[in-house]
Amino acid sequence: MIEIGLGHYLSLGAIIFFLGVIGIFLNRKNVIVILMSIELILLSVNINLISFSIFSGDIVGQIFTMLILTVAAAEAAIGLAIIVVYYRNRGSIRVEDIHGMKG
Amino acid sequence: MLAHSIFFYFFSVIAIFSSLMVITSRSTINSVFFLILDFISVGCLFIMVGAEFLGMIILIVYVGAVAVLFLFVVMMLNVAEQKQSWFIGKKSTHIPIGLIVSVLILLELLVVVGGWKFKDNLMSSNTLNLSDISNTHQLGLVMYTDYILYFQLAGVILLLSMIGAILLTFRQRKGVKKQSYFNQISRNPSSSIELRDVKSNEGVKIDD
Repeated sequence: MIEIGLGHYLSLGAIIFFLGVIGIFLNRKNVIVILMSIELILLSVNINLISFSIFSGDIVGQIFTMLILTVAAAEAAIGLAIIVVYYRNRGSIRVEDIHGMKG
Repeated sequence: MLAHSIFFYFFSVIAIFSSLMVITSRSTINSVFFLILDFISVGCLFIMVGAEFLGMIILIVYVGAVAVLFLFVVMMLNVAEQKQSWFIGKKSTHIPIGLIVSVLILLELLVVVGGWKFKDNLMSSNTLNLSDISNTHQLGLVMYTDYILYFQLAGVILLLSMIGAILLTFRQRKGVKKQSYFNQISRNPSSSIELRDVKSNEGVKIDD
């Protein structure tokens, strides 16, 4: 309990990943919160990669973390642009109102 | 070691609590603020565990760019009246399935973590940590040599996302007078000046 090892960091990543997945599945109102849940999931993946990189003594995990950071920033920009365009066309970004594809 | 564990539990409890608040808080703006708190605490964890450069990058990129982008969009769109509420809706059949899937994912991840055994000869790559140089120095030594193509690809991804975001949100409004530099520069006196003889006591009809 006192000794912090790899398992603690992996558990933290797993819990944040779980919260992000719950946020995607159970959200009914707001698309922006879904995007934030995706950011949480990417953050938990970053936690996993960095903890493996530190505890196994290899620097490559941190490089992949930087690539994931890049992808997360790009995804946030594109997703928010899509939300802005959707709001401009429809006047609402509620999840219930987005059923154009009958999904 | 005691300080390490104390700081780990402190920051991880803050991170878990704030990520819980991201997905459950009523208003979107509070979700963005808790997302910022989550990023900051995870960045502190990274700095504490020894990845200082990535911790700072988390602070700069996530808190400084991504979260501010979220804030900006939340303020620009009128989502203040769209309170987030759970378990409301006539045909919410996906909620039990979503709960089952999420809990299963958590259990699987925890089982994997709990059953993890270290192998002694885990390290077999040539990019090992050298303890006498700093974290940023190590990253630079590896990233600009062995992983230069991935680095360039990350730049291309950022360029593509910038072009895509601009193209998506660009629109031309009707009835807005804009300056046209090409028309301004390319006109000459013969096409823009017209001399007319004006008779006395009569005006000149100018049609444009």
